[in-house]
Amino acid sequence: MEQDDFALACPVPLPGDETVKLAHGGGGRASERLLDTIFRPAFDGPELARRHDGARLNLTGPIAFTTDSYVVRPLVFPGGDIGTLAVNGTVNDLAMCGAEPAHISAGFILEEGLDTALLGRIVTSMRNAADAAGVRIVTGDLKVVDRGKGDGVFINTAGVGTIVAPDPVEPASVALGDAVILSGDIGRHGIAVMAARERLGFESAIESDCAPLAEPVLALLDAAVAVHCLRDLTRGGLASGLVEIAETAGLAIETEERAIPVRADVAAACEILGLDPFHVACEGRFAALVAPADAERALAVLRRFAVCAESAIIGTVAAGPAGRVSCRGPIGGIRIIDMLSGEQLPRIC
Amino acid sequence: MKYREEYRDPAAARRFADEIARIVTRPWAIMEVCGGQTHAIVRYGIDQLLPPEVTLIHGPGCPVCVTPVDYIDKAIEIAATPGTILTSFGDMLRVPGTDTDLLAAKANGADVRVVYSPLDALEIARAHPDREVVFFAVGFETTAPANAMAAYRAKREGVANFSLLVSHVLVPPAMRAILDSPSNRVQGFLAAGHVCTIMGFEEYLPIAARYRVPIVVTGFEPLDILEGVWMCVSQLEQGRAEVENQYARSVKRAGNRPAQEVMREVFRVVRRRWRGIGEIEESGLALADDYHAFDAEHRFGPVGASGEDEGECISGLILCGDKKPPDCPAFGTRCTPEHPLGVTMVSSEGACAAYYRYRGAEVPAAAE
Repeated sequence: MEQDDFALACPVPLPGDETVKLAHGGGGRASERLLDTIFRPAFDGPELARRHDGARLNLTGPIAFTTDSYVVRPLVFPGGDIGTLAVNGTVNDLAMCGAEPAHISAGFILEEGLDTALLGRIVTSMRNAADAAGVRIVTGDLKVVDRGKGDGVFINTAGVGTIVAPDPVEPASVALGDAVILSGDIGRHGIAVMAARERLGFESAIESDCAPLAEPVLALLDAAVAVHCLRDLTRGGLASGLVEIAETAGLAIETEERAIPVRADVAAACEILGLDPFHVACEGRFAALVAPADAERALAVLRRFAVCAESAIIGTVAAGPAGRVSCRGPIGGIRIIDMLSGEQLPRIC
Repeated sequence: MKYREEYRDPAAARRFADEIARIVTRPWAIMEVCGGQTHAIVRYGIDQLLPPEVTLIHGPGCPVCVTPVDYIDKAIEIAATPGTILTSFGDMLRVPGTDTDLLAAKANGADVRVVYSPLDALEIARAHPDREVVFFAVGFETTAPANAMAAYRAKREGVANFSLLVSHVLVPPAMRAILDSPSNRVQGFLAAGHVCTIMGFEEYLPIAARYRVPIVVTGFEPLDILEGVWMCVSQLEQGRAEVENQYARSVKRAGNRPAQEVMREVFRVVRRRWRGIGEIEESGLALADDYHAFDAEHRFGPVGASGEDEGECISGLILCGDKKPPDCPAFGTRCTPEHPLGVTMVSSEGACAAYYRYRGAEVPAAAE
């Protein structure tokens, strides 16, 4: 596990710096010390080395530009931590625009009392995730809030990348008959985090699927697959992703439940908790809507990547009420797939 | 994990559906009691496989739906009391009280925590000896043993800051109330498999005999439900009215004796009000006298009896099986999961929510 390599970011802490204090966000010497011991060694690069207010970048357009905030609890969960999540989430948002992710910013809001060793681990995870995805963290910010006013660490990111897709990759490009491809099994991230947060103690260790998706997406574009729309299936899961696309495209989507991979342990956890895997978050899965003639070729391209090895065609774009996503179940009945109405709440029995 | 494939096999489902169609000679109305079964029927489209003669009526077995509004109000009041932690199963948080719900109370600063087991609530009480920790104990015979165990342990270990707000209900009295209703249409029952896992099925024998209705203890997977319907239709067609057990892999005739013992130790049978239905004699559980000290009503004052004004919501008729969700003019228009007019649209096991979630707002047109 790369995340366990603390050496890079965790030199012996200075006395008194075992936990984050308000002074660390004050912009004075204490801030500098925290930056020097934890952040600069990890995010080392020419842009940060200039120690300027912002990064100077050379990019050629068109550009995709995205932002996201990360507030996950617990900060460390099976398969990753808030740092891996922040980098991969930003990388994936850029990839879903048909762009090659290039540069990321990271703003940290730390809660007074946070263990600096944990912060070091998170920052190291970000560096490792950035290296794995081929992006650089080029600018950042650090604030500290009073104890009780935060949840350990909040991270806000922005990301930019050059769009490489020849045509707009967006819901409006979706056409009747498009194949809906799912890049792998769903629900692992949501169940892993919920199990860790609630200490559910499942026998099977379910790890988050958190992973960068730019490589397989760029490979699809490289192979000239007619990619009409991409959507990473984060909060709200597959259901929200497909319903949003269908609503914006003004079309319906029909899916086959049997084609949708769900790992047996994830399915079992969902049964116990009364959750629908369709609604459970992923952090390393996406839906690709591609021209039907290119669907099989797209599958072959995706399956070359470990993160997409279980890619499957799970449905098609159909005529019908705008935003209607339906699913044919295992015994043939058809049900509507809708977004969650509110928070996902475990049921009584 | 084999059950997902074994009990969801399309060919086997088709065979059951064909067999039901082969033996049915006239219309029959069968009620599935449990909300979990309603959920599975609508999710898997089991009703779509049945011949037109067989109508499934959705019963009152959704614990969230039948909990009276006064208990929700009391839970919100307790949650808002300084120094308390209110713990609950997740389902209950969205259920509307008279003015608000527990989620809103939480947003306003009340310490409301979702737990997965009442024993977790007891653990919270141990960890916070300076706070009053209340568990909102609702549900049927399925959740009662674990809730009873929490009270039992609290008493034995002297966890003085733990109490339960109890609104437990029992299935057999509700079945009798439905059968006694002048508007009753139910001719056979699929009894709730998980309730019977705890209680066994001996208490259903007198109901089957007295009302001449077949009762089939049924599981929750698609093939369970189809087999339950087939067994029930077989009885109806043959003029039998027996208690049969489709869910034998989980249900024994006598049920789970240790679970029943802890229930008997901690609870007593009482008259209960059911939201949308009304008062039913001996239809619920309250804490026994020996556990009075662990009764949240003893510590925080009794639950009110204001009754409820459900407005245009027809959830009472839905819970008794007199109407189906699409029969309601507000369904999918003025009443949605985001803006529920009543509890059957709130709970994930409520019939209205199941129809809305799996069939969409277009149901009224598509249903016929």
